[in-house]
Amino acid sequence: MAVSEVRTLAPTGVLYYRHTLPVRIMHWINVIALTVLLMSGLNIFNAHPTLNWGKSSYDGSPPVLQIGAIAGPEGVPVGITRVFGHQFVTTGLLGASKDRRGELVPRAFPWWLTIPDNQWLAMARRWHLFFAWVFVLNGLCYVAYSAVSRHLARDLAPTASDLRSIGQSIVDHLRFKHPSGEAAKRYNVLQKLAYLAVIFVLLPLVILMGMAMSPWLDSLWPGWIDLFGGRQSARTIHFAIAWLLVAFFLVHVFEVIVSGFWNHLRSMITGRFRIVTEDSHEAHH
Amino acid sequence: MKPTTESARRRFFRISLGAVAASLLAGCEKLSQTEWFPKLLGAGETLNQKVHGVLGARRAMAQEFSPADLSPDFRSNGTSAPDNPQYEAMVANGFADYQLKVEGLVEKPAAFTLAQLRELASRTQITRHDCVEGWSAIGKWKGAKLAALLDAVRPKSDARFVVFHCADPMEANGTSPYYESIDMDDAYHAQTILAYELNDKTLPVKNGAPIRLRVERQLGYKHAKYIMRIELVSSFDKIAGGRGGYWEDNGYEWYAGI
Repeated sequence: MAVSEVRTLAPTGVLYYRHTLPVRIMHWINVIALTVLLMSGLNIFNAHPTLNWGKSSYDGSPPVLQIGAIAGPEGVPVGITRVFGHQFVTTGLLGASKDRRGELVPRAFPWWLTIPDNQWLAMARRWHLFFAWVFVLNGLCYVAYSAVSRHLARDLAPTASDLRSIGQSIVDHLRFKHPSGEAAKRYNVLQKLAYLAVIFVLLPLVILMGMAMSPWLDSLWPGWIDLFGGRQSARTIHFAIAWLLVAFFLVHVFEVIVSGFWNHLRSMITGRFRIVTEDSHEAHH
Repeated sequence: MKPTTESARRRFFRISLGAVAASLLAGCEKLSQTEWFPKLLGAGETLNQKVHGVLGARRAMAQEFSPADLSPDFRSNGTSAPDNPQYEAMVANGFADYQLKVEGLVEKPAAFTLAQLRELASRTQITRHDCVEGWSAIGKWKGAKLAALLDAVRPKSDARFVVFHCADPMEANGTSPYYESIDMDDAYHAQTILAYELNDKTLPVKNGAPIRLRVERQLGYKHAKYIMRIELVSSFDKIAGGRGGYWEDNGYEWYAGI
């Protein structure tokens, strides 16, 4: 391989130590825990694929969301999803989907989105309640570490100038323009706000709403779950946040891809993030 | 040779990522079928039970509701008409000959008619029933306090669990009668009752006539219906599958507070 090719293939720059080892470990534990929680959660949901608002499921008001199947021609199931009274045919994905053998069967979420893949509530609960502990303990370690190591104050808390530049940051994101050089060492303001919202709003809320479904935890302070509308509302919020987290994940991965997939992946594995500085740019172009 | 190693490393990661994702699903499936992994996952249940025990008083009361919250129709869960000739005969004569046997580790084994159960100290409560599947219904229950019944039969000091033997067979061939068990803390809890009324009417067959357990703060499957016999034991290892209940024998948690 020619020397000149080496230069063009490997952009020069400095490897900046971006993510500390504890953050990297906790990040990947979180990926595993949240994936298992989502998929086992969908298996649990499948046991009663209806969401209600209120203290109980049967208070006379219609469900917010209902996934089911009706018998179509020749007994082939047709997947039906009802959202706020609007009805959609969702065969193939929701309500009726192909099982492992390729046969269309009634089932809220398809097998490939659930753990375990067959409908098995007892086992799904075991997965869910075990990984809930993994997730919560990992999250507590992360928050404690971030506070003590000043990761939170230094890297995540938006500065005054960050907040002033929100407008510019939105424009930059829409144009897929990503900071380079020194600026690439820091999280941008939208990134900071997104991470903070997930870490301090969505994740605590999804945990709290999970706890609200526990009849025993409800008795610690009888009525506390009414602050969120009651147990069935809590279940609905729990489900909605799970999908907001999926949306966050999709945006997160999209941003990682468009702003340098391998660079970001490396930095979350070895900690090193390559910064192409102005100097190195000029030296080689 | 940097680029070669770099791209080889990247290829390695790309392939690994794909392999990890693909094997995750298949792996989870295999793990669920093993003996040891579900046991490891069961650590979550143990931890929940322990933490719940530490966090709050065993006497904490479940939330109670107002009549406005009552579900228009309290749906049936589990069995709604036991396929058991002896039970069907009892239904036919209005449970006139029904007797609840209480035995096992007690000083004074006894049998209670429905009239005698109604004479015991009672409690009326509007509570929420939470099924393990995810739904909830709110009903008004009236029944004999289990504590009052236990006081009458005087549990021995080595009694640790109260086992409820039920009339509903869980297998199509009429075998595997439903059963459940709770510990003495739950048994003496103020809201633990043997309900004989639902929404001010005699408990209907679909909801567990003539009596069903209400053990608020736990999921629906703990609330045994069609109770025929109560047994106090020091261990439920020798009963049916040995896990303390029909659904427990089928993989569900004995501690159903979550």
